[in-house]
Amino acid sequence: MAMPQIKEAVAPAEPDIAVSTRNISKNYGDVEALKDLSLEFPRGQLTSLLGPSGCGKTTLLKIIAGLLEPTSGEVEVDGKAVTGPGEDRAFVFQDFALLPWASVLRNVAFGLELRGVAKSEREARAAKYINDVGLGGFENAFPHELSGGMRQRVGLARALSVDSQVLLMDEPFSAVDEQTRRKFQEDLLELVAVENKTFIFVTHSIEEAVYVSDQIAILLPRPSRVSEIIRPAGLRDKDVDNIRRDSEYLDIVDRIWASLRNYVE
Amino acid sequence: MTIWGYRLPGMSSLLIWALLWEIVGRSGYSFFVPPLSDVVSTLIQVLPSPAFQKALYETGYAFLAGVFFAVVIGIPTGIFMGKNRLIDELLLPWVNIFLSAPLTALVPVLMVLFGFGMKSIIITTTLFAIWIIILNARAGVMQINRSLIDMANSFGASPWESFTKIYFWAALPEILGGVRIGIIRAVKGVIIGQLLISIVGFGALFELYSANFLMSHFWAVLIVLFAMAFTISEFLAYLERRVSYYAAKR
Repeated sequence: MAMPQIKEAVAPAEPDIAVSTRNISKNYGDVEALKDLSLEFPRGQLTSLLGPSGCGKTTLLKIIAGLLEPTSGEVEVDGKAVTGPGEDRAFVFQDFALLPWASVLRNVAFGLELRGVAKSEREARAAKYINDVGLGGFENAFPHELSGGMRQRVGLARALSVDSQVLLMDEPFSAVDEQTRRKFQEDLLELVAVENKTFIFVTHSIEEAVYVSDQIAILLPRPSRVSEIIRPAGLRDKDVDNIRRDSEYLDIVDRIWASLRNYVE
Repeated sequence: MTIWGYRLPGMSSLLIWALLWEIVGRSGYSFFVPPLSDVVSTLIQVLPSPAFQKALYETGYAFLAGVFFAVVIGIPTGIFMGKNRLIDELLLPWVNIFLSAPLTALVPVLMVLFGFGMKSIIITTTLFAIWIIILNARAGVMQINRSLIDMANSFGASPWESFTKIYFWAALPEILGGVRIGIIRAVKGVIIGQLLISIVGFGALFELYSANFLMSHFWAVLIVLFAMAFTISEFLAYLERRVSYYAAKR
C-alpha cells in the first residue's frame, strides 16, 4: 500500500488579490442597493456572488465592470482604481448581448473591433476562439440561427478573445437549458484551470455556485452586504463527474440553503 | 389569391380597375374621365417631350433634395431623442405637433421666409417627410436591448462608435419603415410646394393640363407620379424585409 501522502499544511500566507472592492455603496434615490460592501477576488480563481434576487449581485458586477458608478467606495483591479470600463476586464451577459445583424465571426471579433484591432488580425483571433468554444464551422451563421447555448458560446468567445485578466460573468448560464448548463459548468471548470484569469461569476443557483467556485461570497439583500465567504477546499481536485456526490459539496449546499432560506419570499 | 384553382399573379386587381376605367371612359359618362387607353397613348406621347422632361427634372430634384435633408436630419435627431431624455422632452411636443399639423397652411409662411424659389419647395418637401422619420428612429432606439449598450460600453466603445455600430443598426428596421412613409409624404409635399409656391415641375403640368381641360394629359402625369412613388416605396419595403430577420429578435 502506498504511503499516505503528507498533506501540505499551507494556506498560502497572502493570496494574490486581482480585484478588490472597498466600502462600495450604491443608492438609487432613497433605496440602498449596496451598503459598505468590501470583497477581495484572488487571482486565477473563480469567485461566485450568490444571493437571492434583488440582493444587488448584478449591480456589484456592473460596478466592477465600470458600467455603473458606485455612490461611494472604490474598485481596484491590480491595484489601480477603476473609473470606467477597461481592457483588463471583459463581460459575459446573461442575455448574450449579441449583435443580431452580424455573423458569429463579427460578433466574436466585436470586442477587438471596439478596441481598435485591425480587421485581419481580429478575425484570426476570433476564429481561434470560435474553435476553442466548439463553434468551428459556424463563423458565418447569424445569432438567430443558433440555439441559446451556442449563442452564449459566442458571448464567451467574444469575452475570451480580448484576453482580459478578469472575466465578469452575469448569470451566464441562466438562459440556457439544464443539460447545456451542466456542460457549460464543466467547461467553465476547465477554463478556470487552463486560463490564468480571474473569474467573477454571478449566479442565483446554489448548486452551480458550489460546483464551479473557488470562493463563494453570499450576499444578503436590503441593503446588500456580504454575509459569509465560503471556500470549498477539496472540490477542485475532484473529477468533474464526482463533485456532485462529494460530501463536502452536499454539506456546503445545505449550509448555504440554511442561511438563505429566510430571505426567500 | 386563387380563383377556381387558378393562381392569380400579384396585383391582378389592378386589371379589373383598369377595365372599369376603360368602360366608364368609353361610356362618355364624364369629360373628366377619358378612357384609360387614351391616357396611356397620351402618356407615351408626353414622356419624351421636353416640357415633361423638364418637369420631371425639377420635381425629381426638389423631391430628392427634400428627402435627403429629411433623412440626414431626421434619423440622427430621432436617435438622439431616443438616447437622451432631455432632448426628447424638449423636442417631442414639436415633432408631434408638426406630424399632425396641416402643413399646407404653413406653406405661405415658408414663402415669406424663404422666397418663391426652389428653396421653399425643398423645405416644404422636407417638412412633409421628416417628422415620421424622426418618430420612427426614436421608437427604434427606445426598444433597443440595454445589454447591447452595456456590451459596447464594456469594450470601451466611444459615443460615435455606439452610434454607428449599435444604435443605428438596432433601430434600422424602424428607421426604414419611417423613411418609407416619409417618402410617400414627401411626394405630397413636393407637389403641394410646386402648386402653391412657384408653378414649376409636375405642379406646373397639373396646373397647365387642368386649366386647359387636357384630362388625358392630366391623368398621364398622375400615373407617372404614382408609379414613381410606388416604385420607391416598394424598394424600401424590400429593404425592410431584408432586415426583418432580426427585427423580431433584438
